[in-house]
Amino acid sequence: MDINIFQNIWFLIIGFLLTVYSILDGFDLGIASLMPVLTKNEKEQKQVMDSIWPVWDGNEVWLITGGAALFAAFPFAYATVFSGFYLALMLVLFALIFRAVSMEFWYYDEKRKKLWAWAFTIGSLLPSLLFGVALGNIIYGIPIDLNMNFTGSFFTLLRPFPLFIGLLGLSAILLQGCTWAAYKIEGDVAKRAKAMINKIILASVFFFILAIVLTIGLLPSIVSNLFGWIGALFYAIALSYVYVCNRDNKPFNAFIGSSVSFVSLWIMAGAALYPNLVRATIEAYNLTIFNASSTALTLKIMFIIALIGMPIVIAYTVYVYRVFKGKVS
Amino acid sequence: MDVVMLSRIQFGLAAGVHFIFPSLTLGLTLLVFLFEYKFYKTNDELFKTISSFFIKILGLVFALGVATGIVLEFSFGTNWAEYSRMVGDIFGAPLAAEGIFAFFLESVFLGVLLFARNKVSKKVYLLSAFLVFFGSHLSGLWIIIANSWMQTPAGFAIEGGRAVLTNFWAAALNPSTLVRFIHVIIAGWISGSLFAAGVAAWYLVKQQHTQMAQKILKTAIIVFCIMSLVQFASGHLHAVQVTNLQPEKMATFEALWQTQTGAPMSIIGIPIESEKKTYFEIKIPKLLSLLAYFDPNAQVKGRDAFPEDELPPVLLPYFSYHVMIGLGSLFALLSIIALLLLLRKKLFEAKWFLYVLMFAIPLPILANEFGWIAAEVGRQPWAVYKVLKTVDAVSTVVPATHVLLSLIIFSLIYLLLVVLFITILIKIIKNGPQAQTY
Repeated sequence: MDINIFQNIWFLIIGFLLTVYSILDGFDLGIASLMPVLTKNEKEQKQVMDSIWPVWDGNEVWLITGGAALFAAFPFAYATVFSGFYLALMLVLFALIFRAVSMEFWYYDEKRKKLWAWAFTIGSLLPSLLFGVALGNIIYGIPIDLNMNFTGSFFTLLRPFPLFIGLLGLSAILLQGCTWAAYKIEGDVAKRAKAMINKIILASVFFFILAIVLTIGLLPSIVSNLFGWIGALFYAIALSYVYVCNRDNKPFNAFIGSSVSFVSLWIMAGAALYPNLVRATIEAYNLTIFNASSTALTLKIMFIIALIGMPIVIAYTVYVYRVFKGKVS
Repeated sequence: MDVVMLSRIQFGLAAGVHFIFPSLTLGLTLLVFLFEYKFYKTNDELFKTISSFFIKILGLVFALGVATGIVLEFSFGTNWAEYSRMVGDIFGAPLAAEGIFAFFLESVFLGVLLFARNKVSKKVYLLSAFLVFFGSHLSGLWIIIANSWMQTPAGFAIEGGRAVLTNFWAAALNPSTLVRFIHVIIAGWISGSLFAAGVAAWYLVKQQHTQMAQKILKTAIIVFCIMSLVQFASGHLHAVQVTNLQPEKMATFEALWQTQTGAPMSIIGIPIESEKKTYFEIKIPKLLSLLAYFDPNAQVKGRDAFPEDELPPVLLPYFSYHVMIGLGSLFALLSIIALLLLLRKKLFEAKWFLYVLMFAIPLPILANEFGWIAAEVGRQPWAVYKVLKTVDAVSTVVPATHVLLSLIIFSLIYLLLVVLFITILIKIIKNGPQAQTY
């Protein structure tokens, strides 16, 4: 087969990995980010943690695998983005370190419980915002030179368009977390979550409309992409569905609706990028799936690995989620 | 300091701290599986309590492993962008395969072990213990594949200024993969089993949880004894492989300045690189030749056989290599004593030996770290042996000040993590195997 086919396949696979990552880790990052407003005491904090404890590290593996797949399939994009966004990624890493250990430390280090609860929340909130900012940047375009090196600074990353994409991403993650809390936890936490869902939907709508207006204004070249508009339509339907289900006390359906809204956002992001992986401010220097990829042999072998491995991963992940079904009391 | 040195220190710190946790994980998952199997076979509740106790510790170790591991995956892009561009075609695949085949398995079923004892059948629970064991070892294999490829690269060609894959199996099963994998896995088993033995010894000295402690100690010490002895053989094979494929590295480990027939093995000494001389050296004549080539008069290449700019520094690899071997010998000695005590049925009463086991807990971790330092510093100045130099692998767009800043923060965070890890570990052990969890 032609290498182009594999380059396209890997664009889709990485999109798939990141989509599942955002759905699964989205709810645990989201619920952790919202913990200070969802809970009033340690017992409720324990409920929040119990709702994600058995699955959070499995969820984070989707990010680790997504990152490794990007490295393996598109090493030039991986190298450019990761070295270019150095300080921002270091922030993400520091946050993820604290987020990973904070639950164990919260549980065992009784003298500093408050501190670890905050580490849990901030360690989740910060990446939830920065992931979207990073994505916003590679869609909007970053300064890259002839040698694929980033030539901007830390503040280049904080331009308004990427920041608004970051806030849209953050509200999507918060909605995942909030619908998860309403579905998975019993008692006051669920009640507070239920009441909060509408506020988050409102914020999502605001940032979504803003993102569309800005895209039309700033990135006219991608407005004609049909997939983007289909994604937008699905997003609107999914959000309305979350609203209706939450009103009718169907928390599981609301969570599914939120997950579908995330898929829609990724379809839009993919449509806005394709065939680029990283848009450059000078168009000739764009990193595309064609000029940033590994060789045909590597892509082919990786494809075989994914073809064998991923169905098994999905099967046992579904199985284990079923083992942990039921509410946290 | 320049950006290359800072990036090396940062990566070394991140990998060095990370390595504590996966090596313990390898040993702990083995023990958990063994205890679960015994519980399954005998229905003895004590084995269940023991297993749950180590699963609790595994949960802590694993969380720290995840936290420190994700840093490494990001680091190839953040700090070593030129490396990623140059060898990404080959190096990325094993990392992705690790995620797909191993890391998912390990994490998802660890969730079952930690939280679903009463939600799944005994059979499924035992299977989960096996899958966590299997996943963590498979994970080790893929990481060792990636690391070994940097040491003895194979299955590639240089095209258009980058290394491209020509043969997947040759790259994956490059000449040092298998022997390194065996060496590292056994090191992990030694670390985990001595840890468990030390914990049991502590309970026996304190006369707490005696019945359980005896069961733990018996299983752990048997694993430890076998593995510390087998490690000699695997270490030997590994050394032979290094002598053949990275001769300048072995010459550095042994501070062998001149190529010579009947080369001696250096036991101890202070090698001074600038003078090309080893002070206060104790050496055994002809042993290096004998061990490397099964011929006491064989010629072994010294550092003089290689261009100056392709030689690693001497002091750190020499020191690390010898400390590793010294500790390995100590483990062999401990296991012989343990075997004698076990045969005479005095293992549980020999208080002095129980104390030795307790204080020996951190030693295998140290041996792992020194072995790793020897292997990686001994690879210098190459990032990928004879393919890409470390100075050419670093990210060119990241200023030294940024790396310095991140290095300072990493150092503080990792210090905090290690201190808290040890504190909480001691707390879990003090609470005893029966303590409630989560």
